[in-house]
Parts: sequence; C-alpha cells; structure tokens
Amino acid sequence: MASFTKITSHAVVIPSENIDTDQIIPARFLKVLDKDGLGKSLFCDWRYLPDGTNVPDFPLNYAASEGAQVLIAGDNFGCGSSREHAPWALVGWGIRVVISTSFADIFKGNSLKNGLLPVVVSQDIHQKLLAAQAANPKAQVTVDLAQNLLTLPDGSTTAFPVDSFAQHCLLHGIDQLGYILSFDDKIKVFEAAHSYAS
Amino acid sequence: MARTLFEKIWNDHVVVGEAGRPAVLYVDLHLIHEVTSPQAFAGLRARGLKVRRPERTVATMDHSTPTLPKALQVIDEQARAQLSQLEKNCAEFGIRLFALGNDKNGIVHVVGPERGFTQPGMTIVCGDSHTSTHGAFGSLAFGIGTSEVEHVLASQCLLQSRPKTMEVRIDGTLSPLVTAKDIILAVIAQIGTGGGTGYVIEYTGSAIRALDMEARMTVCNMSIEAGARAGLIAPDEKTFEYVKGREFAPAGAAWDAAVERWKKLPTDAGATYDTLVTLEADKIEPMITYGTHPGMAVPVTQALPAAADFSAGSERQAFEKAMVYMGLEGGHSLVGQKVDVVFVGSCTNGRISDLRLAASVLKGRHVAVGVRVLIVPGSQEVKRQAEAEGLDRIFTEAGAEWREAGCSMCIAMNGDQLSPGQYAVSTSNRNFEGRQGKGGRTFLASPATAAASAVTGKVTDVRTLAAV
Ligand code: SF4
Repeated sequence: MASFTKITSHAVVIPSENIDTDQIIPARFLKVLDKDGLGKSLFCDWRYLPDGTNVPDFPLNYAASEGAQVLIAGDNFGCGSSREHAPWALVGWGIRVVISTSFADIFKGNSLKNGLLPVVVSQDIHQKLLAAQAANPKAQVTVDLAQNLLTLPDGSTTAFPVDSFAQHCLLHGIDQLGYILSFDDKIKVFEAAHSYAS
Repeated sequence: MARTLFEKIWNDHVVVGEAGRPAVLYVDLHLIHEVTSPQAFAGLRARGLKVRRPERTVATMDHSTPTLPKALQVIDEQARAQLSQLEKNCAEFGIRLFALGNDKNGIVHVVGPERGFTQPGMTIVCGDSHTSTHGAFGSLAFGIGTSEVEHVLASQCLLQSRPKTMEVRIDGTLSPLVTAKDIILAVIAQIGTGGGTGYVIEYTGSAIRALDMEARMTVCNMSIEAGARAGLIAPDEKTFEYVKGREFAPAGAAWDAAVERWKKLPTDAGATYDTLVTLEADKIEPMITYGTHPGMAVPVTQALPAAADFSAGSERQAFEKAMVYMGLEGGHSLVGQKVDVVFVGSCTNGRISDLRLAASVLKGRHVAVGVRVLIVPGSQEVKRQAEAEGLDRIFTEAGAEWREAGCSMCIAMNGDQLSPGQYAVSTSNRNFEGRQGKGGRTFLASPATAAASAVTGKVTDVRTLAAV
C-alpha cells in the first residue's frame, strides 16, 4: 500500500450530504476483475451527460478542480454499499483525502486500506473550508497525518481524530494482512481451543 | 458480569486484543460472490497464499446473474468474465460454490440461512453490506470491503475495532398488513441513515420476539441503511427450529451441544447498551420512502414534508435535491402517485413468506395496465417452494413476470432495470439515485404495499385495497 505522510493541495467540493457509494461508482462499473481504471467513472452519473460529455456545473469538471487531491463533501460520506470500488475510483481520479463531518464505517475502513485518508472535521471547520474554497477554488489545505493536523487556507490549524493503528499503517505503508498473519500462532491456538471452529 | 449478546459473541472471537489496536477477530463463516471477490483472489495469488479455511468459505453467484426464465444468458462479456473468474477461483482454492444453474443457487444472504450455514453465535462476513441479514440468528454478521475479503481468505481473521452497542426496543403488536419491512423503515426514519454509525444494533422487545425468522432477517438486513455495522436478534426456539435439519446445520449430538451453547447467547438481565431507541409497534403503519436514501420514509398515507418544513441549510438542500431527482412535490402523500414498475425480491424481501404475502394480495386480481411487475425469488429453493404452492401461477395469472433467482433489480447489474424517469415500488433496500437503473426513481416498501400498488398502478395503502 502507498504510504501517506503529508499532502498540500487545493480541494474539490461536493457539498451534498449522504453521498452513497452508488453515486461514487455506480454498480454497472463493478463488473471488473482489477482495481485500476475506475477513476474515469468516478461520480459517473453526476459527472457526464447521457451523450458522454461533461456536466458543466459538476465540481469535478471545473477547470480549477484539475489536480486536486482533496475532496470536501457533506455529512455521512460513503454510506450504502460496501464496495471498495468507491475508494479505488476516488484514488484513481487522484483524490488522497476526503474531508467531511462524518463517514460511513465500511467506507472509512476501505479507504484507509487504499491510502485514502478520511478526515473528520467539526461543522464549524467544514463551513470555513467551504467558504475559503468558494472564495478561491485554488485555496490550499495541508493534511499532515503524522501530526494529525489540518491546515486551513487561512493558515489556522485544527487537529483531526485518527485511529492510531490506521495512522501507523498509513504512515509506514504497512500492509494489514501481513500484520494479521504475524499472529498465525495465536490463530492456530484459537482454532484448537474452539473445537467448533475447526 | 452481565453481558449483551454482542459482547458474548465478540469476546468469544477475539484472537488478539491489544490495547490501542483493533482486535484480530476470528471469522466462522465467509460468504463470497462474484462482484467483490476477484481482486481479493488476485491478491492471494500475488502473495502466493492459500485460502486458510476453504470449508468455512461459501460462494454463490447472484449480483449480475440473469433472471429470465430458462434463458441463462449473461448480460455482457464483463459479467461473464466475472462469473467464470469466480468459478476458477473456487475450483483452484477448493471453495464450495453454488454457481449459476445450480439448484441451490441464489442471493448470498438467502442461501446462507436456507442451507443452514448461518448459525447463532457465529461471526459471519461477506463483501456485501447486507450481511447484517444473518444477525437475525444471533450471529455477528457484517459487510466488508474487498481488501478484507482477502484478509479473511488468507487468515480467517479480520482487524476490527470494537463497535458500540445500541438497543432498538420495539414492544407491542403490529397491525394487520404491517410487516417487518415497515418496522425497519420506521426505525431508519427515526434514527436517520447515519444514526447507527459506529454501533451494532440489537433489536429487542415483544414485537421483535413475535416475528418469524424470515421477518427478523428483513429487519436485520436493513440495519446497514441506518449506518449500523450489524443488527442482531437474540436466538430463541424459533431460531433453533429454523436451523434444525438444514443441510449444513449440526446434527445428532453436535446439534444438542450447539443448542446448549446457543441458549447462553441472549443478553443477560442487567446488561447495558451504550444507547437505547424505542418504538411502539402499534403505532407503526405501512411505510414508504419518497426520497433518495432509506431515511426519507413516511407512513404511506402521511403527507411528505415540504421544503418549508426545513430551516435553510443542508437538510433542506438535501430534501430539495431529492425531490428534484424524484420529480415530486412535497406536502401531500404518495398515495395515488403513478408507478411504472413493481419489483418484489432481493435479500430484504425475496423469501417465501414475502412471496406468499405478495401472492395473497395479487390472488384473483390483475396488475394495472401498463405496469411491469417482476417477482424475483431470492433463491432457487424459494422458487421451487413457491411453485410447489402455486404462487407462480397466481403471479402470472395476475400479469406479473415470474423470474429466476438473483439480485436482479435491487442493484440493476444484470439487465433488469428501470428506464430513466420511471417510478418503481420496490421491496429492495436502497432508493439511491440510479440504484435500480440510471435515472430510475424508487419507492421502497413492503411486499404487501408493492403488490397493492401493482394492482392499482399507483402507490396504494394496502389496507384500502379491498375497497378499490
Ligand atoms: S439483493 Fe441487493 S442488497 Fe441483497 S445482496 Fe443482492 S444486490 Fe445486495
């Protein structure tokens, strides 16, 4: 997994609440055998017109959005389907950080396993970020995972909560499966002790 | 110390529990399907790993499988490639597979319980968020992503931080024609689509105890739509009765030992939950969703909110956006709203009791002109049972289509889908934009409400149908 330390970037804002993973990547794009190439279908039904051309007023299509590594979205981002294709599509497009006031559980877990950092902020900070971005679409934010610190465009900083284990894994690019397998002995003991589990 | 059902299952499955780290949790049963597993198997191969416990892994094909009778034509090359990849993966790693065409094939959350794989006290995972369904048996069951599918394949374990517990207590008696689907839609409307985030819900109370196993599955199925990790219902005699004698259930002395173990699972008197939500069953009415997430639900006869009911802000914007997508105006009830399609099926409401309920409404009636009605059994076994009871004839005589088993229009990956702008009353679990086909508009409801709406061609309060 790609490690994650610090990112400074301008942001794309999709302010809707309850953005579900069916919007992030519609089901018809799930018939794939690998993880690559989903970026072009990210938010497909909001992003493209039926003839395949861009929806002009969808934020991902703004010229200023190009190259953005941060997405700012509304509350309860990533609800619905457990499809990991959602973080794959976001990362495929270039997003490395999503900032919201809350995230759905499974989406959060899936993101952390793909080098995509969900950052939870208060309503206040969220409002500030939206205002700063509206004033200047190229306004930069910095997300420093080692310090769990978000720097707003005005230079003020705020700490964000991050699970210490996930932080450790992301910072060092640690692969969680390798971590689990390091407990092989204990898994064997567990299986032996739980006869019904064998 | 008094413990909840959740705590008992959790504690029983922690392999490694170090402070400040997620637990390594043992998984008893891993269900897989074609859509969320290919990359996990590819990961195993890349690392040269094996499936640790193939006998604890069960695969089915459901999401993109065709449902047209006798024409098992897969929709497209990509779907075909995914199905044959699953077949290859299962053969290579020694995993039991109920492939398309197998007489035990069906939706993963229907097949698990039906074959007796799902048992009380287990930890059960699947790369599908509606894995919460299996919680109806008093098992801790939740959806996982594809990376985690790979973790479980390789290690039979998962990294999990311990969730909080929420008791949703529903006492009282449901009115006639009010169903488990109406209960869970009422719960989600009350706590919101994020209300359960971070929690495992245990459903308790006399109204829950009164439900049969299939109805309990309907309730637990949609726990995820409230954001909860899982939903649980304590096992009881009904649970044991359901599991007993099924193909993969314990038998003989093992059965007796299992029941002894299962009887210790229910929450102890005096155990506490982190939070409590209560509903009165007597007050629950047939529910329907009107918006673009399952929390936007009201009693079918009740007026929808209007924009003016919300103070300016994100909630109002969300409401207005949903109403634009749905092509609706607030302020009055949905009763009388024209529908184009009715879908009865899915892992929420595609079991035999759901089909019986829909059939009881459709019997001797005909679906309205111009309405397309799809009845899709949750599994081949459900299909056979329905046919043995003559339900298929009731459906076809009423003018509905009787299909093969699968997820079908719940996720619209197999060609069964709405056209842009169409309205559907659907017994599935998600009304997200485009979920049932790009541009399609979904009203989620019970099989009774769906069948009644099929008859009139309009959203209908099933309790008034006799008078129509
Ligand atoms: S029926 Fe729908 S919700 Fe259930 S497993 Fe299939 S796609 Fe998922």
